Amino acid sequence: MRIDFTVNGRRQEADDVWEGESLLYVLRERLGLPGSKNACEQGECGSCTVRLDGVPVCACLVAAGQVQGRDVVTVEGLADFARQRSRGTGARGTSLDEAQEWQAHGSDSRTGEGGGLSPVQQAFIDAGAVQCGFCTPGLLVAADEMLERNPDPDDADIREALSGNLCRCTGYEKIMDAVRLAAARRSEGV
Amino acid sequence: MDFLRPASWEEALAAKAEHPAAVPIAGGTDVMVEINFDHRRPEYLMDLNRIRDLEEWEVGADSVRLGASVPYSRIMEHLRAELPGLALAAHTVASPQIRNRGGVGGNLGTASPAGDAHPALLAAGAEVEAESVRGSRRIPIDAFYTGVKRNALAPDELIRAVHIRKADGPQQFSKVGTRNAMVIAVCAFGLALHPETRTVRTGIGSAAPTPVRARAAEEFLDAALEEGGFWDSGKVITPSLAKRFADLCAAACNPIDDVRGTAGYRRHAVGVMARRTLTWTWESYRGARRTTEGAA
Amino acid sequence: MPTNGVPTRLTQGSGTRGGIGESTLRPDGTLKVTGEFAYSSDMWHEDMLWGHILRSTFAHAEILSIDTGEALATPGVYAVLTYDDLPTDVRHYGLEIRDTPVLAHGKVRHHGEPVAIVAADHPETARRAAAKIKVDYRELPVVTDEATATAPGAVLVHENRDDGHAGHVPHPNIVHRQPIVRGDVGEARRRADVIVEGEYTFGMQDQAFLGPESGLAVPEEDGGVHLYIATQWLHSDLRQIAPVLGLPEDRVRMTLAGVGGAFGGREDLSMQIHACLLALRTGKPVKIVYNRFESFFGHVHRHPARLRYEHGATADGRLTHVRCRIVLDGGAYASASPAVVGNAASLGIGPYVVDDVDIEAVALYTNNPPCGAMRGFGAVQACFAYEAQMDRLAARLGMDPVEFRQLNAMEQGTLLPTGQRVDSPAPVAELLRRVKAMPMPPERQWESSEGADVRQLPGGLSNTTHGEGVVRGVGYAVGIKNVGFSEGFDDYSTARVRMEVVGGEPVATVHTAMAEVGQGGITVHAQIARTELGVARVTIHPADTRVGSAGSTSASRQTYVTGGAVRNACELVRERVLELGRRRFGSYHPAWATAELLLEDGKVVTDGGEVLAGLADVLGEEAVEVEEEWRHRPTEPFDPRTGQGNGHVQYSFAAHRAVVEVDTELGLVKVVELACAQDVGKALNPLSVIGQIQGGTTQGLGMAVMEEILVDSGTAKVRNPSFTDYLIPTILDTPTIPVDLLELADDHAPYGLRGVGEAPTLSSTPAVLAAIRDATGLALDRTPVRPEHLTGTG
Repeated sequence: MRIDFTVNGRRQEADDVWEGESLLYVLRERLGLPGSKNACEQGECGSCTVRLDGVPVCACLVAAGQVQGRDVVTVEGLADFARQRSRGTGARGTSLDEAQEWQAHGSDSRTGEGGGLSPVQQAFIDAGAVQCGFCTPGLLVAADEMLERNPDPDDADIREALSGNLCRCTGYEKIMDAVRLAAARRSEGV
Repeated sequence: MDFLRPASWEEALAAKAEHPAAVPIAGGTDVMVEINFDHRRPEYLMDLNRIRDLEEWEVGADSVRLGASVPYSRIMEHLRAELPGLALAAHTVASPQIRNRGGVGGNLGTASPAGDAHPALLAAGAEVEAESVRGSRRIPIDAFYTGVKRNALAPDELIRAVHIRKADGPQQFSKVGTRNAMVIAVCAFGLALHPETRTVRTGIGSAAPTPVRARAAEEFLDAALEEGGFWDSGKVITPSLAKRFADLCAAACNPIDDVRGTAGYRRHAVGVMARRTLTWTWESYRGARRTTEGAA
Repeated sequence: MPTNGVPTRLTQGSGTRGGIGESTLRPDGTLKVTGEFAYSSDMWHEDMLWGHILRSTFAHAEILSIDTGEALATPGVYAVLTYDDLPTDVRHYGLEIRDTPVLAHGKVRHHGEPVAIVAADHPETARRAAAKIKVDYRELPVVTDEATATAPGAVLVHENRDDGHAGHVPHPNIVHRQPIVRGDVGEARRRADVIVEGEYTFGMQDQAFLGPESGLAVPEEDGGVHLYIATQWLHSDLRQIAPVLGLPEDRVRMTLAGVGGAFGGREDLSMQIHACLLALRTGKPVKIVYNRFESFFGHVHRHPARLRYEHGATADGRLTHVRCRIVLDGGAYASASPAVVGNAASLGIGPYVVDDVDIEAVALYTNNPPCGAMRGFGAVQACFAYEAQMDRLAARLGMDPVEFRQLNAMEQGTLLPTGQRVDSPAPVAELLRRVKAMPMPPERQWESSEGADVRQLPGGLSNTTHGEGVVRGVGYAVGIKNVGFSEGFDDYSTARVRMEVVGGEPVATVHTAMAEVGQGGITVHAQIARTELGVARVTIHPADTRVGSAGSTSASRQTYVTGGAVRNACELVRERVLELGRRRFGSYHPAWATAELLLEDGKVVTDGGEVLAGLADVLGEEAVEVEEEWRHRPTEPFDPRTGQGNGHVQYSFAAHRAVVEVDTELGLVKVVELACAQDVGKALNPLSVIGQIQGGTTQGLGMAVMEEILVDSGTAKVRNPSFTDYLIPTILDTPTIPVDLLELADDHAPYGLRGVGEAPTLSSTPAVLAAIRDATGLALDRTPVRPEHLTGTG
């Protein structure tokens, strides 16, 4: 089947989709957006968290056919999404061409330089909340949405909001630090 | 596999009549797991997400008509006063992401004994609104669960809504899991006090082939509360009374040993949850009485 | 407290920003937070196929026949391969013992063993085709524990063994046995005023890394193959893959793809050979990605263990002797079992002074899932048991458990049971003192003005208690882990470092084959290069097999060994750069010849701080490049009868204090705080070091209260291969983890550093168990502890 939907502010189209495919598979394997991660494919880890019509969901549990005509934001579009939010306008996105540049080549650009991150992305780097990073995209989408709803969360609020996102590397302490840091920077207007 | 996308409820019923084997998918939290892990290859998947009124609810005089796809997160947020037991149960469902997608219709459709909504529905009292092209009917919740992962739906029927009695007294829900979040119930317990009818209703999850009520425990407690004049006096429930109630709840279980827990533990834990939830609800009832009396 | 370490003086460049000792940020951080970092499962290639593996449904069965005809005829299927299709006579692989068939041959020995592989144009096509392969099995009896494996007439898991351990094991179903005997236990036992015996059970833990086993094999024009893969050790994979493919190693090119965690579970091969075979057969790129279910079958687990201990002590609290027997279940294939046995035995009594010991550790062959490396590697199981024993002894003696441990704590100079002298700081007593001195978390934090906050109570969101039945408990534990590969293994790393001018600026490039699995090794490599070469810009070259081996990312060894190799290569580059400088500028300033010269902030400076030249000027058009191997001190094998020998290189020590709240009626546990004190020698990157400690601590917590692969004892089948039923801690299960870092230099190690990754995984579990015992008064001789164990309803 064919599906049309919006990803990170851009219309996307996928053809010859098998009816049993998940939104996660379509994003990763058909649209060149592998940022949402495939850690469990049963809604038990949160690594594939995306926003579907604004709501955080596990992309692995959304049937591809269900996203027809709907709006999806992935980690790849998070920085733009946050920028648009702070400007109070609609979201834009990464282009399909950019996104599909994914090839089997090792990256030389591991120098850590990069601009244009959303506050929560920057906080994850600064606080040491990233180790292997496989849980990071899902956590970022979930944490960003929580801070949107609740700009001044206490620790228990953070833990509850992130309780659907497993991390195996960090022991979560640095993730807590990162979300606190993002919240604090936001309240300071940084 | 074919993907059906009915745009309206009527289209969905027609599709289900034409393809009774079609598997409805709403939140996807059960169906997609089975597809991802190759446990199920239905001939037809039928998406219910386009039928927006399944995500709506109406609060009536005596009950709430809850659309089958109202996500748990909205129940937690908006129906805490009317459906406190279900709202508590909704809060224990899996993760925030799952609560944003899953609804009571899915729990009922799957009819797993571990579904978190069941004990709360049993305790509150509810009817399932099932419909097919042949017509609509209401199935009392007590008659809905017919076996392990089996329910009273006919092959051509879909769940449109659940009619849940509005709380007329305190309700509680507890669930035991071996993790503090994102866990499937080892066993669960729901309790609702119904001061208007001076009755108590219970619901037990994951401790029998189907979700069940502890009827002997309810009858015992109803009689004991009545005879002791507890509803009027609002006095403290004695430990022996609570213990007897708890023991009867445990006795209502018919659990198995599995990877999530032993049968012995499940029986034990249901007893503990029964005693605690009775204490919490009764204390809440007494508190509310005192407030009412104080105000009067 | 006696501590002999002194900080190692830096020889060079401490003035350059972003060098060692700073919490510099990950070079891959931006890619990882934007979703652009390419993990092995993200690899994609035009025209690629999907591989899928058919696995055995029985734990032990003879394969009577395999019919692939219908699968092959499925449209979209490009290849179906079984054992008979393997291209060479090398059809087995293994880390040490080559006992693992690439595809099952004649029989399967464990549930989920690969039987056939399929390549198709869509993963669903591959799955459907695999389901059409007809395998005719004849079930065989299973052996699942020591009693069944060594019973008279027991089925042999491997017949006709000819591996290096076959000659000394008492039974063919025992992979390896290591006794360690020192002193005279019989005599020492008579001096004991108190003797405590205990039997302990340690469940099967899974690494549960989040990034599933995956990779992409691309056939190359020269008939070779290029594999993009998530692994812990590229060259070890290569050594095992190439002979099976019948290719020389230089035609199997390997590049490290992004690794989503490892924790030991990627030491063994998983889908590597399968992907290469399918790619070579079809001439197309082949991607294989396990799903979570398959991942539970696709890698080894931590050995479950039965441990029997006898400890004796005098009335004044001195340990007299330890006798112990550790039985590890290695499952169907050897994997790392022999080395795990060596660790369990040699570290089997913990960080204590005991002159008279009698230790025996064995690993079994059974039909259970294969077990091998996982963070802590044999030292974890022992620590759980000896720390339980220490608490029981302290209780019997009426002593404080921390003081009792301190009284018996090893220190620098102590002899291990192997006869090896500990020749670097061993601040065991000091770590216990520090962790005990940390402020206690407040009581009843769950109380609030609006009632109990269930999120902070046992049961969490499930609303099981509002404080009823909740009892607090406190427990302590300490452990010892070896760092680096032991027992005479030639443990080395290779680093290639290049320095040149790019855009007018001196840039260092560090190229190693080190598997960055999340630990932050690449961060540290850049820091070392900045410190040693005085440059601001460092490029980390992707890890691949075009450079020599960096050894495994395991055994807490990478910062030590590959870090050491990078430092060594940097030093050689520095010498050559200075040589270049002397040639070019030596005549202009006498200091070139006479002073101690440093590279700092892009310049050559004297140790007095005088600037002699800019590095860009010194280098000019030239690039200086060095590739060198670097080794830590050699070790020796343990004597097969007595276990004596200088088997280890370095040790890592951590101590934990656990504070738990237990709902004693429901048997649910909330860990309130898990404080850790660890000696790290020198924290090259404090942020990363603390991250390692907190992560390791949390894996230990999981092992204490929830994580266990359950295997049916009758059929040897895995009962819970999913994240629904194999539970790892969520953020609501994980407490605050305050960390106190002690930095006592090991003078034998680069910068005085000590490997950090594993030690916190050891003591975390027994500390939590001790705290639960403290809260409940129960003996609790197994981990993980489940609600039924705490409520007597098992």
